[in-house]
Amino acid sequence: MSEPRRALSSSLQRHPGLDTWIRIEADGTVVLRTGKAELGQGIKTAIARIGAEELDVALARVRVETADTARGPNELMTVGSMSVEDSGSAMRQVAAEARQYLLELAAQRLGAPLSQLEVDDGTVRARGSERRTTYWELLGGRDFAREVTGEALPKAPETHRIVGRPGTRVDLREKLVGGAFLSDLAPEGLLFGRVVRPPGYGARLVSLDESALRELPGVRALVRDGSFLGVVAEREEQAVRARELLAAAARWEEEPTLPGHERAYETLLSSERRSFPVIDGAAVDAPLEPHVAPAGAAATLRARYLRPYQMHASIAPSSALAKLDGGQLTVWSHSQGVHILRPALAQALGMNPRQIRVIHADGAGCYGHNGADDAALDAALLARAVPGSPVLVQWTREDEHAWEPYGPAMVVDLEGSLDSAGRVIDWNHEVVSHTHLGRPLPVAGSSNLVASWHRDPALPRTRSEPRLEPHAGIHRNADPLYAFARKRVVKHFACDPVLRVSSARGLGAYANVFAIESFMDELALRAGRDPLEFRLAHLDDPRARAVLETAAERAGWRRRAEAGRGQGLAFARYKNAKCYAAVVVELEVAEGGEIRLVRAVIAADAGEVVDPDGLTNQLEGGFVQSASWTLKEEVRFDTRRILSRDWDSYPILTFAEVPDVETHLIDRPGSPFLGAGEATQGPTPAAIANAIAHATGLRLRRIPLTCGEELASARV
Amino acid sequence: MPEPIEIRVNGRLERVAVDPATPLLYVLRNDLGLRAAKFGCGLEQCGACTVVVGGEAVMSCALPVCEVGAREVLTVEGLAEGDALHPVQQAFLAENAAQCAYCVPGILMEIVALLAWSSAPSEPDLRRALASHLCRCGAHPRILRAARRAAREVAR
Repeated sequence: MSEPRRALSSSLQRHPGLDTWIRIEADGTVVLRTGKAELGQGIKTAIARIGAEELDVALARVRVETADTARGPNELMTVGSMSVEDSGSAMRQVAAEARQYLLELAAQRLGAPLSQLEVDDGTVRARGSERRTTYWELLGGRDFAREVTGEALPKAPETHRIVGRPGTRVDLREKLVGGAFLSDLAPEGLLFGRVVRPPGYGARLVSLDESALRELPGVRALVRDGSFLGVVAEREEQAVRARELLAAAARWEEEPTLPGHERAYETLLSSERRSFPVIDGAAVDAPLEPHVAPAGAAATLRARYLRPYQMHASIAPSSALAKLDGGQLTVWSHSQGVHILRPALAQALGMNPRQIRVIHADGAGCYGHNGADDAALDAALLARAVPGSPVLVQWTREDEHAWEPYGPAMVVDLEGSLDSAGRVIDWNHEVVSHTHLGRPLPVAGSSNLVASWHRDPALPRTRSEPRLEPHAGIHRNADPLYAFARKRVVKHFACDPVLRVSSARGLGAYANVFAIESFMDELALRAGRDPLEFRLAHLDDPRARAVLETAAERAGWRRRAEAGRGQGLAFARYKNAKCYAAVVVELEVAEGGEIRLVRAVIAADAGEVVDPDGLTNQLEGGFVQSASWTLKEEVRFDTRRILSRDWDSYPILTFAEVPDVETHLIDRPGSPFLGAGEATQGPTPAAIANAIAHATGLRLRRIPLTCGEELASARV
Repeated sequence: MPEPIEIRVNGRLERVAVDPATPLLYVLRNDLGLRAAKFGCGLEQCGACTVVVGGEAVMSCALPVCEVGAREVLTVEGLAEGDALHPVQQAFLAENAAQCAYCVPGILMEIVALLAWSSAPSEPDLRRALASHLCRCGAHPRILRAARRAAREVAR
């Protein structure tokens, strides 16, 4: 009897060859290749653990190589908390098959039946025999030359010795002792590039006094192409100085193209829009049925929740390294999608994609689509001016703050009706936002790479079309997981965003869950029910109930009345299909309205846990970042320029303000991996707003949440 | 060619022929190949470029190299002895105290400077010292744990 073939994941269907994924080196090391990028989320560690586990080799033998258009699998983009689900699942199957094949070779070599073989760190022996061999003797430096069959069975979870157990991040040590990032690359003959961006989206270069650079030593090239301006110098400080002089010598004509941040929501709500009903998480191209309020409701509540434009604000401004060698361009980028960046660069540069290789190199955390791809085009444009020399382009802090694509503003309107027993009998959710997908997909006649907008001839920004698939940007997590008697969910896609926007961690889930989970507390209050009980009464999924109950229990929810502090709770299952997460926040509100986070408790179920500390790190990091968005962050702009241009004008949460955070994982060995990188992004703002309401009685619905003015007016 | 400038870095006397206004950060990274200290803002706002100069944690992105003078500069590369990590690095490894780790080299040097002044810093002392460092990944809770662990190890 043969085992049924296992269904191959999409990554494996695209790349069934074992050699794409695994290489056994003659020196006893094992190379594992993933098509994903290390963004600080720990994918190198997860892949190393999964591969080492299935192959039966020590973690120390494993080296993980990340996305490269010339090598390894094309796994599209590193987005949406999909890295472990896609690449981890693929690696598990590939490594199981590689082990199976290596054991078949060993059986021949040792003249022993397969069933008698044991493996310890790549050394294979037959039970009761002294004879042994190793993976590197059997296949070191050679190809598997085989494809995945789907027939090998991965190990049973109870036999795991690496997966699910604590351990150290595989890439951390090198980052604690020196330079391990893209911007630390220093090839022979390195030159330094800087760009001079226009002061605002609507600015055009009208004149430039190039003599400004005359006195400056070390300048190797000045690139001026329309309103695109860049400089290459031998030394970094020369490039920095040249940039300053050029910025001062450039005259720009500025058009008022923006509404100003005070009018951001008004502008969003009055934009031309296309509307879609959302059914089971997916938008549907069908006429919108009007919302009809139910008959016989005991109470009906309505509320509007606002999320401003917010930044990724990576701690490292974007950078890229490029070199043009005899018509062949190589670019090192911290992009989330080197396979998409390659054709976009080819389009912008008028090259054949085959002439371009894009290699992922580690950047700082990005949390979505930041300036990485734009910096890659900048570097390519500057490298073209100095053929044969590698050019490292480093954006300034201002470049990143003012030009990165922001997470778009959102408006969520909710209406809910209760019956006399305090159950929700009707739910209506309408969300308005711009696209959450501004990535540089190559579209003829337009571009989503900044330099393309400034060169001559300029290309316009690519117009986004609404995405309908389940939990795409705007309607991500708009469909609540709760079992309501009746619900209606509507996505309003607002055309033509005024600011540059794209994917920021969690996409629409951040504001949708903020609204849903805030509103659940408002309804619970109206129904006279405890917020936890109210949620459980509307929740059938046992795994959802388990994370809520775990978080509540660990946080001391039953004693919340005695805590003397505000305590708030919120929950979501990311995309209704991935990691379950509940967050309880404890905070204090000072008399002047200052909000101090004291403690947070997270409970999560991400299926089978590969790396418990890595998972905890993602959940906690998501909480802290989301708390920062929620309490502090809003992109400010006037009619011409972005005003949030550095850390003073766009402050984020600091070490002095971060609460104690504890995380409880519910491990499900043997069940599928569930992406967790964005799971706490949505529950966090609602848990905070609910805790503020508990502490003060004030219901805050506009992010960033501040209550100084509200408390003052409540006292009058 | 400008007059060479002498600075003492990680116990070695270095001579660099650069414009004296060059920020220390670029000299460390590009002339001396010490790339642990990072460029984060160039505005002394984020702390990614922090190194220890004359015993104090200093942001090197805007400090002209000519102002270092006779003060000893210590960078992350000067912490480990051979393969043996410094207790502060060891604490960060033990706590997996990072996500992307771009902000960490600066934070390591802040803690090294703090522990040289006070072997048992209070929680407010620790947080005050780290308040000049930004982390965007939200690794703060574990970085604080690593800092406390480092303080315990150094005190021992």
